[in-house]
Amino acid sequence: MEKTWNNKAWFMVLPVLLLVAFSAVIPLMTVVNYSVQDTFGNNEFFWAGTEWFEEVLASERFHDALFRNLAFSLIILAIEVPLGIAIALAMPRSGFWVPVCLVLMALPLLIPWNVVGTIWQVFGRADIGLLGHTLAYLGIPYNYTQDPVAAWITVIVMDVWHWTSLVVLLCYAGLVSIPEAYYQAAKIDGASRWSVFRYIQLPKMHRVLLIAVLLRFMDSFMIYTEPFVVTGGGPGNSTTFLSIDLVKMAIGQFDLGPAAAMSIVYFLIVLALSWVFYTVMTNYGQDER
Amino acid sequence: MSRITLDHIAHSYLPSPKTEADFALKEVHQVWEDGSAYALLGPSGCGKTTLLNIISGLITPSHGRVVFGERDVTLLPTEARNIAQVFQFPVIYDTMTVAENLAFPLKNRKVPQAEIDRRVAETIEMLGLGPMARRKARGLTADQKQKISLGRGLVRSDVNAILFDEPLTVIDPHMKWQLRSQLKQLHRRYGFTMVYVTHDQTEALTFADKVVVMYAGEVVQVGTPAELFERPKHTFVGYFIGSPGMNVLPAEVAGDRAVVGGHAVALGQHYRPQPGRTEIGVRPEFVRLDDGAGSLPISVRSVEDIGRYRILRGAIGPHELNAVLPEGRAIPASPRVVFDPARVNVYRDAHLVEAEA
Amino acid sequence: MTSSPSAGTAPHGFPAADALAPSRPQANVRRDGATGLARLSFLIPTIYIIFLLLPIYWLGTMSLKTNQEILGAFTLWPTNPTLANYRVIFTDPSWYNGYINSIIYVALNTVISVSVALPAAYAFSRYRFLGDKHLFFWLLTNRMAPPAVFALPFFQLYSSFGLIDTHIAVAIAHCLFNVPLAVWILEGFMSGVPKEIDETAYIDGYSFPRFFVKIFMPLIASGIGVAAFFCFMFSWVELLIARTLTTTAAKPIAATMTRTVSASGMDWGVLAAAGILTIIPGALVIWFVRNYIAKGFALGRV
Repeated sequence: MEKTWNNKAWFMVLPVLLLVAFSAVIPLMTVVNYSVQDTFGNNEFFWAGTEWFEEVLASERFHDALFRNLAFSLIILAIEVPLGIAIALAMPRSGFWVPVCLVLMALPLLIPWNVVGTIWQVFGRADIGLLGHTLAYLGIPYNYTQDPVAAWITVIVMDVWHWTSLVVLLCYAGLVSIPEAYYQAAKIDGASRWSVFRYIQLPKMHRVLLIAVLLRFMDSFMIYTEPFVVTGGGPGNSTTFLSIDLVKMAIGQFDLGPAAAMSIVYFLIVLALSWVFYTVMTNYGQDER
Repeated sequence: MSRITLDHIAHSYLPSPKTEADFALKEVHQVWEDGSAYALLGPSGCGKTTLLNIISGLITPSHGRVVFGERDVTLLPTEARNIAQVFQFPVIYDTMTVAENLAFPLKNRKVPQAEIDRRVAETIEMLGLGPMARRKARGLTADQKQKISLGRGLVRSDVNAILFDEPLTVIDPHMKWQLRSQLKQLHRRYGFTMVYVTHDQTEALTFADKVVVMYAGEVVQVGTPAELFERPKHTFVGYFIGSPGMNVLPAEVAGDRAVVGGHAVALGQHYRPQPGRTEIGVRPEFVRLDDGAGSLPISVRSVEDIGRYRILRGAIGPHELNAVLPEGRAIPASPRVVFDPARVNVYRDAHLVEAEA
Repeated sequence: MTSSPSAGTAPHGFPAADALAPSRPQANVRRDGATGLARLSFLIPTIYIIFLLLPIYWLGTMSLKTNQEILGAFTLWPTNPTLANYRVIFTDPSWYNGYINSIIYVALNTVISVSVALPAAYAFSRYRFLGDKHLFFWLLTNRMAPPAVFALPFFQLYSSFGLIDTHIAVAIAHCLFNVPLAVWILEGFMSGVPKEIDETAYIDGYSFPRFFVKIFMPLIASGIGVAAFFCFMFSWVELLIARTLTTTAAKPIAATMTRTVSASGMDWGVLAAAGILTIIPGALVIWFVRNYIAKGFALGRV
């Protein structure tokens, strides 16, 4: 659409700008402020320069949390994206069951995040949970409060349970928007099931997949509530992701300087990685012009 | 390429059709000759797309057989029928180049690479797509995309027929004309059987050797453009083809004259008295202003000046009557008209009646 | 050139087609297009949905059990179903106020987010202006801000305005990620409305506000529905910020749930009942907007 140049449009954007600026810029300035100062209490602050940044970037604790978080994000992307595509492909394209399926699938998306944690915390317990009890009955050792591997599996399965539906819904919307003529043409051209997926369905899902990957990456990289409720970041530090670590540092230990420096580094990492994902995925399969 | 026989085809989308009205396509029994261009013409919902889908195999007709050449293909799926189809909206494989798009049907059929290259090069040449052969198909214009869809059919040597489902819908008006004449040229040179669905009479009449006019799930006439114009077999054909359509007036027919609203009208031929509802049909092109003997008084509703001629929209009594008049002559306040007797057709219950020998 | 008759304008009633030829050939047997594999494809979504529902089912059965039964012998369904746990929630104000608080701030947030996003989305979809692209991108980056980063500064910011423990504080804080989202969704829907409609309305003498409310908003009604749905969703499920900004008076239900640890150990039954009750509003909302959601997703905007 041809857009006209009109700087008065700023007035329409102004409320949004003020509201978001109030919620984003002022807190961000506070964070920046803390990140370059030190305090001994009594509201006395000293210029600390880049000291906190150096400390955070050099700290093993931060490296470990970052590594755990990256590993977590990559694992859940590797599970949720292919699984979501497969389920979307297997869904019927019309009929009575479609809205029922969609509503049931969307259900986990609308459960408050700590309730998601509670559900899995209960579900996995050997004494009162269906999953924990069944595994114990089968003689499979499983205790997410003691065993780091079990804790990781629980957190990953919980995230798959919680968020795969988002990928399914996005892919499904992409699939139903493909006109029937494409499938008819593919039949006439003698295309195999794989070719239909590779040359028709995947290209048409490209855009929604981009959104799905970006959203899932961002949100998994910021995950806090669900693993906190289930494992509290443990056992040990084995499920302490960046957000959990940050909250421990800022509110638990009240180390404002390092916490603020870490916040900024953290935010910049999310932005940078999202940008990388975005560029890579938009360039993939573009015209060579 | 081969002859297409539609052997008593009928189709209903309901599992157990009971009445006439349950059928989307009422019985069709026809043979379409090899190498001819057919147009399926009719208003939307007349069953023309159903008929096309039956030929392509996307729908299995509930009754009757479809035969390509000597082979019964009624129960064969689309991919086994060796047909090609161009859809209303261009269907192309976005991520492939133009050449890859054209090679796709051959690759799927495991044709040797050398053969693929040769045929793709040939097809690109045929369609004049040379300059963009290595470009991604996504960035092309709608008419170029439609050419690619057509090319995916032309590239195959085994195609029985090429089907077109209103292929010019999304093409810019000035490109429509060009694409249509190019299509006609290709048809003349390579002689493939073509079936072309459209609701646009100009498209149908300029494109096809034979036009199949459909109305309410039924084929009402198959004929050359001239036949459809001069001898519409059904009042619907007369009305649908031509602009404005044929005038249809209730009349009593006896011998070589008909009586319309108390006025006698001369007929070119002799007719037996007809039972049932009788009408006469005369094209506006054959209505002339004349206040001589045997003329009919008409009332004038409006006159449209087209430039080369004028259209008089009027009425005889309660019945609409249009006339195409030459430029220049003034139209009197209460004009009278006569019909060219040789061009007046007689209809009984909407179907054409043949004169006595 | 085409003359196509329609029921109203055709000068003649064209009769229905003549009777079919009496000798109609045998009806064809429809071939079954689905292959064996395709017929089993319904299994995948079915298994997935069972996987989704099992944990929720478990929470549901627990909410209908007494604590003795939960901790006692293992049962797949309640042997003595009881609504006692729900009674606790509905009779104790500290419980049911949690729901009221959550609903108040979620509704406030949805209304604020959508109403400020509407004009902004219109500006982005119709006009070019100084810095528009940068502004749009900056808005979206706020969706990428980890809530954990903002928790503490929010607490200090709202403390200094004396807004801690108020509904409006949570509602405004959630605007951080909901407003960019709403702008993004609405901009997508608005770009789908041809600009000629605006111009025609101005020519017809509509003022901008009247045009916007009377003509434009009904056209993008489904977009407003989708935007409102996502604002509701993300505000309803968020807890970190909501809990940080509240203490008692505006405490969300999800935060109240941490109360169930008492001297006698966990009150599992009440916890489960509270959990089930937090799922219900979401389920209701999805059911009502189920037909619009696919549209919102189809635009590729979430």
